[in-house]
Amino acid sequence: MKTETLTLGGRSYPSRLIVGTGKYPNFDLMRLAIEASGTALVTVAVRRIDLSQRGGGKSLLDYLDTRKVALLPNTAGCFTADEAVRIARLGREAGLSELVKLEVIGDEKTLFPDNEGLLQATRVLVKEGFTVLPYTNDDLVVAKRLRDAGAAAVMPLAAPIGSGLGMQNAVNLRLLLDEIRDLPVIVDAGVGTASDASMVMEMGADGVLMNTGIAGAGDPVKMARAMRLAVEAGRLACEAGRIPKKLCATASSPVEGLVGQDS
Amino acid sequence: MSGASNVTIVLNGETRGVPAGATVLALLETIGIAPGRVAIEVNGRVVRRDDYLRLVLRDNDKLEVVHLVGGG
Repeated sequence: MKTETLTLGGRSYPSRLIVGTGKYPNFDLMRLAIEASGTALVTVAVRRIDLSQRGGGKSLLDYLDTRKVALLPNTAGCFTADEAVRIARLGREAGLSELVKLEVIGDEKTLFPDNEGLLQATRVLVKEGFTVLPYTNDDLVVAKRLRDAGAAAVMPLAAPIGSGLGMQNAVNLRLLLDEIRDLPVIVDAGVGTASDASMVMEMGADGVLMNTGIAGAGDPVKMARAMRLAVEAGRLACEAGRIPKKLCATASSPVEGLVGQDS
Repeated sequence: MSGASNVTIVLNGETRGVPAGATVLALLETIGIAPGRVAIEVNGRVVRRDDYLRLVLRDNDKLEVVHLVGGG
């Protein structure tokens, strides 16, 4: 598998970083951050048009170069499988994309997924030809069921959405990565800074999806570049194979031929 | 009594009148929305773009007109 290529539902994207388009102070900054991130896939949300503004107001699509970045509509804000299926269908029509980042939320405070609803919606949408990318918790059993339901990837959280806490349960993620080898595992949510992203990539994640970590940073464009490099660095380190950890030192320079040694 | 020349629809939760015989496309023109960038649901079913010109709005139709916005 190529270092920089992420394959989803039979299509390849030349970056392992997926970024969100929400929470930016303005569209111009969003556009610059997306460019700096090097992403080829951006998430978007589906909402009612604003009837109080003629033309519905400024359009996000005016600021996205869809020749360079593909659209990944989400079902954010949905609390039932039926709602999520409904929004996915609208997202497909509005974004002309078969991809869906499937969210079925089970709890308002944590935004943790409702696994039962997630599975149900995955089955329906797979049948309708969607490439389903479900946002899930770091639970191997749920991941296996999503795979069996036909999901094109599984997207476990590192930490709650927007928390910036970084990976909170390395054991769960490691177990999941060990077992789910036949489809991409994309860590979605909770990444706060570059090391969070490289850490999960080093562990073997196929990609990282983030929004707040970039959009909420002091300088989103700089952070977008940092995340790009972090994802690449983590992937390269994973492919290279790290050295084993040892407790004591091993000299890096020759121990023979030291100056001043008399035989 | 509502006039025979109007039908009442609910558009994104707001009740409004449209001329009898108005199509989905005519409604979009009235509210100033370009048809290429929205998705439309009438009574819970997504309407394909090719059908905007054909589909005539009827009394009590419930419409959702959505577009893509920033999100994660």
